[in-house]
Amino acid sequence: MSRAAAPLLELRDATKSYGAVRALRDGNLAVGSGEVRALMGENGAGKSTIVKVLGGVVRRDAGSMLVDGQPVDFHSPHDARDAGIAVIYQEPTLFPDLSIAENVVMGYHPLGALRRIDRGEMHRRVQALLDRLGVRLDPERPVRGLSIADQQIVEIAKALSFEARVLIMDEPTAALSGPEVERLFSVVRTLREEGAAILFISHRLDEVFAIADSVTVMRDGAVVHDAQIAAITPDELVRRMVGRELSALFPKQRTEVGETVLKVHRLTREGVFFDISFEVRAGEIVALAGLVGAGRSEVARAVFGIDKQDAGHVELAGRELPPGKPLAAMRAGIGFVPEDRRQQGLIMDLSIARNATLTRMGTLARAGLIRSAAEHVLAREWATRLQLKFHRLDDPAAFLSGGNQQKVVLAKWLSTEPKLLIVDEPTRGIDVGTKAEVHRLLSELAGQGVAVLMISSELPEVLGMADRVLVMHEGRLAQEFSRAEADEESVIRAASGRAKAAA
Amino acid sequence: MSTQAAPAGAPAPADSARARRLTEWVFRVRELGIIVALGLLILVTGILEPRFLDTDSLRNLALNASIFAVLAAGQTLVLVTRNVDLSVGSVLGLSAYLAGDLLSKHPGMALPLVFLLGMALGAACGLLNGVLVTWGQVPALVVTLGTLYVFRGIAFLWTDGSQVNAETLPDPFLDLGTDSLVGVPILVIIALVVLLLVGQWLRDFRAGRELYAIGSNPDGARLAGVRSERRVLSAFVLAGALAGLGGVLFTARFGTVDATAGVGYELTVIAAAVIGGVAIFGGTGSVYGAGLGALLLGTITSSLIVLKVEAFWQQAAIGALLLLAIAFDRLVGLRVDAALRRRSARRAA
Repeated sequence: MSRAAAPLLELRDATKSYGAVRALRDGNLAVGSGEVRALMGENGAGKSTIVKVLGGVVRRDAGSMLVDGQPVDFHSPHDARDAGIAVIYQEPTLFPDLSIAENVVMGYHPLGALRRIDRGEMHRRVQALLDRLGVRLDPERPVRGLSIADQQIVEIAKALSFEARVLIMDEPTAALSGPEVERLFSVVRTLREEGAAILFISHRLDEVFAIADSVTVMRDGAVVHDAQIAAITPDELVRRMVGRELSALFPKQRTEVGETVLKVHRLTREGVFFDISFEVRAGEIVALAGLVGAGRSEVARAVFGIDKQDAGHVELAGRELPPGKPLAAMRAGIGFVPEDRRQQGLIMDLSIARNATLTRMGTLARAGLIRSAAEHVLAREWATRLQLKFHRLDDPAAFLSGGNQQKVVLAKWLSTEPKLLIVDEPTRGIDVGTKAEVHRLLSELAGQGVAVLMISSELPEVLGMADRVLVMHEGRLAQEFSRAEADEESVIRAASGRAKAAA
Repeated sequence: MSTQAAPAGAPAPADSARARRLTEWVFRVRELGIIVALGLLILVTGILEPRFLDTDSLRNLALNASIFAVLAAGQTLVLVTRNVDLSVGSVLGLSAYLAGDLLSKHPGMALPLVFLLGMALGAACGLLNGVLVTWGQVPALVVTLGTLYVFRGIAFLWTDGSQVNAETLPDPFLDLGTDSLVGVPILVIIALVVLLLVGQWLRDFRAGRELYAIGSNPDGARLAGVRSERRVLSAFVLAGALAGLGGVLFTARFGTVDATAGVGYELTVIAAAVIGGVAIFGGTGSVYGAGLGALLLGTITSSLIVLKVEAFWQQAAIGALLLLAIAFDRLVGLRVDAALRRRSARRAA
């Protein structure tokens, strides 16, 4: 597939350490003009570090970087951008107070007379970009309040806003729905035909095989494999990533289904979800499926009392929960693993130990003071049980990879011995190996009689893990499936609102 | 591709446009609210005490607000970047004494030069603040709290207990503080020009927009290629320079300057900006709002003095106004968020 002599962008023997942690070694990577290269690996394998090095966010410790065969050195994201490298980062980098248009062109506003910003031109340009991405968003609308999917679209528009020769995408599709992913891919294909070099990071194998020409696999901070996509099978790819065979991604245990733990009765939040009623019983895993924005997370937030419902009520083990009171929900025995672990699941600056034991502060304290020895004992116990990979328990949670961060969030809730565990996208952005571990954990919990309410956008996860599947569409429960009934096609049909008659 | 691509929500653009109008309306209502409050205040005070509506009295009102408006414009630049400058009162004191000292010793000195030196001194102070905040990576609150005392201390050392008196200052300089040009006090004209220049810079120039970006999401700004350090530094330097300008204007207006000139101004200035809708956590607000906030604060103080209300109540009134403004922002913010959320949810569904 290499259509050009010298690769557009090349990294040779790059290394990067954060303190004692070697995040990257043997960083070798080349992307040519007209090539889409997938970068794959488990979380913590060093993919994000490579992206940061290429994007000028961090500087490599050693090795060289070449653009068009010429050695370059980026001191800031600005330098990378000037070299024609556009990056879509995993974490949102938007400015909530500013308009979509300004978010897209920030720092590179089109200028008119006297170097004043030409707003008309700015809006035209951004409108054209949004049209190209096939979304109906008003460029003059503020970004605040946009759904995650729309925010992702703005990120993509931002990266496409200048004539980038290299486009690096760190999990751009994580929050997108099917048609949106398709549109993004058609734009990527156009860019490829125009001769751009594209580096694409995703955990979704089907996407990688749909769009990539070649693939680089990383493991434990090093590049371990480099292949043309045609010359590798999905199974081999997974094996190279995890360094071992994956027997089962979804180790579902048979469990005894017990008493009703959670009862949700006619729950409504104006403009978000309507008339939602369902039950979750002990030992049962119930999946809430649906498209992004269907209101699944919002239902979960209302059940846990983060948002107050406008009508309806929630019962836990027969007792009604006061609306809008997460603390009461916690005391009643609900654990909540939120979708956005960076912002809502963890306190990134606090230590791993503190994060893992936050929910147990009361029992760890003596006379109101937390004993760090007890904190460490408890944290270490859970770290072992969940096979957490960490350097020191005193390191900030931010130092962990995504999958390990999720384990800390799980530890935090599991130590409270919840009756009901709500998990929102438990494996989003988590590598294959850790994914299976999280699945095993959830399955074990259900086996111990915990009721699990799982929100997931990944169909294999829903079908593989759930005893029952509730499908939401536009804020309403569209259809319910038993484990036996649920298959990919019927769930998708219900989620896209084409199965109303059947319900 | 594009034919099957149309998302489900056909009314999306209309919703989006409504969302935009909503936010625009909120900002307008914000500045309008201050103007209405201002009008009511002047009206009520005028009814209770007609002397308040004398040309002289209103003139004084505008003159007092002018210096605060200049400082508030500078403060807005810093606040928008999610920083704060507590040292502006002390910087004003330094440059006020500099202007008085220079002119009493060299009465023939060209006035533009005095203004330039005052602003340069302010800019130097701002540079120190900015360097400590950006390169030193110390929070602005701590840095400028420190320099508040340091600059004031320097002023005490420098003046050594002496003061500059109006008699020793040249008349053309003092006239600046009282004279009018086609009926409008020169001080007010200067303040308006400053507001307009800074306002335009923030609205229509890349550097200005980047300040908002930095305040709205500091990490995001860096990733977008904004040279944040440089921008924040320039915001502090400009705020310092404007505080310096305020100092020269202070001397021109009051004539008498000692080491305590401008003590406590920083809080009034920040209050003015916040009342005018500048978010203390950065990202939003305009200098025009801040200017209006300064005018409203000045008017309240004056009207309470005219109505012979005790000093304690003046402070309480300002405090109450501040809380009211913040509560209003929060309330409106929540409602707008809810409205935007509803629209976005409907669109995505």
